[in-house]
Amino acid sequence: MAETPVLEVEDLAKTFDVSRPWLQRVLAGEGRRTLRAVDGVSFDIPKGTTLSLVGESGCGKSTVARLVVGLYRPSRGRVLFEGVELERARAVAEQRRRMQMIFQDPYASLNPRWRVKDIVAEPIRAFGLVKGAAEQQEMVGRLLTQVGLSPADGEKFPHEFSGGQRQRISIARALSSNPDFLVCDEPTSALDVSVQAQILNLMKDLQQRLGLTYLFISHNLSVVRQVSDRIGVMYLGRLVELSPAETLFTAPRHPYTRALMEAIPDLDMTGRQRIPVGGEVPSPIDPPSGCPFHPRCPLANDRCKAERPALLPARGTPESLTACHAVEEGRDPPPRPAGMDQRMGTTATAL
Amino acid sequence: MAPLLEVRDLRVEFPTRRGTLTALDGVSFDIAPGEVLGMVGESGAGKSMTGAAIIGLLEPPGRIAGGEIRLNGKRIDNLPYEQMRRIRGREIGAIFQDPLTTLNPLYTVGRQLVETIQSNLGLDAAEARRRAVHWLEQVGIPAAAQRVDSYPHEFSGGMRQRVVIALALCAEPKLIVADEPTTALDVSIQAQVITLLKGLARDKGTSMMLVTHDMGVIAETADRVAVMYAGRIAEIGPVREVVKHPKHPYTRGLMASIPPLDRRVEKLAQIDGSMPRLSAIPPGCAFNPRCPEVFGRCRVERPVLLEAGGTRAACWLYDPASEKRAPEAMRHG
Repeated sequence: MAETPVLEVEDLAKTFDVSRPWLQRVLAGEGRRTLRAVDGVSFDIPKGTTLSLVGESGCGKSTVARLVVGLYRPSRGRVLFEGVELERARAVAEQRRRMQMIFQDPYASLNPRWRVKDIVAEPIRAFGLVKGAAEQQEMVGRLLTQVGLSPADGEKFPHEFSGGQRQRISIARALSSNPDFLVCDEPTSALDVSVQAQILNLMKDLQQRLGLTYLFISHNLSVVRQVSDRIGVMYLGRLVELSPAETLFTAPRHPYTRALMEAIPDLDMTGRQRIPVGGEVPSPIDPPSGCPFHPRCPLANDRCKAERPALLPARGTPESLTACHAVEEGRDPPPRPAGMDQRMGTTATAL
Repeated sequence: MAPLLEVRDLRVEFPTRRGTLTALDGVSFDIAPGEVLGMVGESGAGKSMTGAAIIGLLEPPGRIAGGEIRLNGKRIDNLPYEQMRRIRGREIGAIFQDPLTTLNPLYTVGRQLVETIQSNLGLDAAEARRRAVHWLEQVGIPAAAQRVDSYPHEFSGGMRQRVVIALALCAEPKLIVADEPTTALDVSIQAQVITLLKGLARDKGTSMMLVTHDMGVIAETADRVAVMYAGRIAEIGPVREVVKHPKHPYTRGLMASIPPLDRRVEKLAQIDGSMPRLSAIPPGCAFNPRCPEVFGRCRVERPVLLEAGGTRAACWLYDPASEKRAPEAMRHG
C-alpha cells in the first residue's frame, strides 16, 4: 500500500464576503457579493516532495497556502494532514508543531524589537521542546548554523541583517519546531537574484537533509522549475493544470500555461517579436461562465463558454492533469517545450 | 552620430550625520538617438539613482557632487529648478514603477494628458484633447474616446501603466527614463507593456533608459546594457554580449544565478555574501571581497572600465599590465 501523502486537499474552496455595508446594500437594492478566491482545488503532496502552485496575482495561490496551514477556514472541501482532518490535527500541539510557514516579506515577518535568538526560540518555547535555557541556546545556535548564519548572530536585531539573511532567520524559526511540512509563500520574491539563488539552494539542501515536504507558492516559473517535483498552475481560483515539473516545461498543455510560458521575457530571444496574450485576468467577484480562461483563450468555443472543464489526464501526456475542453477534444496544437528555442540554455527571468 | 545623452563621471552624495555617503561614483555612459540602454543591478546598486539624477529628481539631501550630464550637448545637471522642470516632460519623459503614485487620483486621465500636452506643446484645448485620445489609442487602451474621461482608479494596473506611458510620450520627448516600468505588473501584462514600449520607441525614434532588475526584460528590449554594483558601472556593452559572454566576474555570477526556465539545475550558482552598504564600500574594486578571481591589485586600486573583448568591464583582469589576466583577454592580446 502506498504511503499516506503528507497533505491531501479535496475540493477546497474559500469565498470572501465583499459586500458593501448593510444600509448601502438596502438603499441601492443590491444583494451580497462574494469573491471566490479558491474554487474547488484538489491535490496531494507525497512525503519528501515539493508541490508548487504558480499563477498571477489574485489567482488564489496564497489563499490556498493559508487554508493549508489553518490561517483560514475553508468554505467548502477539506484538508487532510497525514490522513487526519486539518482541524482535528491542529487541535493537537504535537501536530501543529509539524507544519510551519515561511512568508514572503522578511522585513514584515520578523518582530523588529526582538533579538534574533528570541525570534528563533519562540516556537521552541511555545511547544516546550527543550528544558532549560542552556539547551535552548544551544539549539538556537545549531539552527542558525544550519541556515548559514553564526550562533553569535542571535544577539543581534533583525534590522542589522540584509533581506537574504532575514529570510534565513525566517527559515531557522520555521525549522525550530522540527517540522515535517513547510508552506513557503513566495519565499524569494522580495530578494535579489544572487541572494535568491542562495536561499533556493539552502531550501533544497535542507529538504534533502531533513526529508522535508514543501508546498511552494510562487509567481516565477523559472524558480518553480528549480525546486518542484510537481507543479499546479492556478487561474482565477482553480487549478488549470497539474503536472510533473519536467512535463509542465517540456509539454505544457493548458492554453493558459502556454501563454504564461510565452510571456516570460528570456535571455535567448533578444529582440524577438512576441505575441502577448491579450486581455487581463477577470475579477474573481464575477468570474466568466464555463472555463474561466475562455475570454482570453485562442481555442475557446461554445462549450468552453458554457461548461466548466474538469481536471483530466491530457491526451498524449496522461501524467498532466489539464482542465481544458480543447485538450480533451484534441483541438489543441501539439505540445512544444517552454522557451521553444533552446540554443544556448540560459532562458531566464527576474534578477 | 553625436550621443543624445552623455553622462560623465557622475557622482552623487548623501550627507548624513555620520558622514557623507557616496551613492554614485564615477558613472559614465552615453545614449545614442533611438537607442535603448538597459540599467541592471541589485537593490541599492544605484540604477534608479542614476535615472533620478538625469531627470533632476534626486531626493534631498542627495545631490550631484561631481561630473556632468549633457542632453544634446547642453549641460542639464546644474540647471535651476524652473529650467529643469521645463526640460522634464518636454525633452525627458519619465515612467515610474507604480502607476498609482504617478497619476493624480482626483483628475481624469484626459485632463492630466491635456494639461501636459498644452503646457509643453502650447496647443489649444480642442487639439490637445484630440491628441490625448490619440495617445490613449497608441498605447492600446480600448474605446479611448470614452475612457479619456475616466479617473485613474477606474483602470486596472496594466491599463494604468499604459496611461502613464501615454503621459510620458505625449509631449514627444527625445529621451524616456523608465524606472522599473513593468515590475508591479503580472507577467502576461508585463509582456504587453514591453511590446508596447519597444514598438513606440522604435516608431518615434525615442531614446530610452530602462532601469530594471529583470535581466529578461533588458535582454528583450535594450540595445546595450550597463550592469551596476555598489554605485559604479561594473560592465557595459551590447546586450547580447553581456548576456551571453559576460566579462566582469560580478556579471558572470549574476547571470549564472538566474534560474533557467528551460532546465533544472541541481545547485544554482550563487554569489556568497551580499552587496556592501554604502557606508562600507571596500577600497579598490567594490566587488573584491566576493570575487572568485580577486588578486593583489583589486584590493588597493579601483579598476576603470577596460576593453574586454566586446564589452567594457571595470576589472583588472582585462588590464595588460596586471599580474593576472582573464583567459579570453590573453587570447585577444
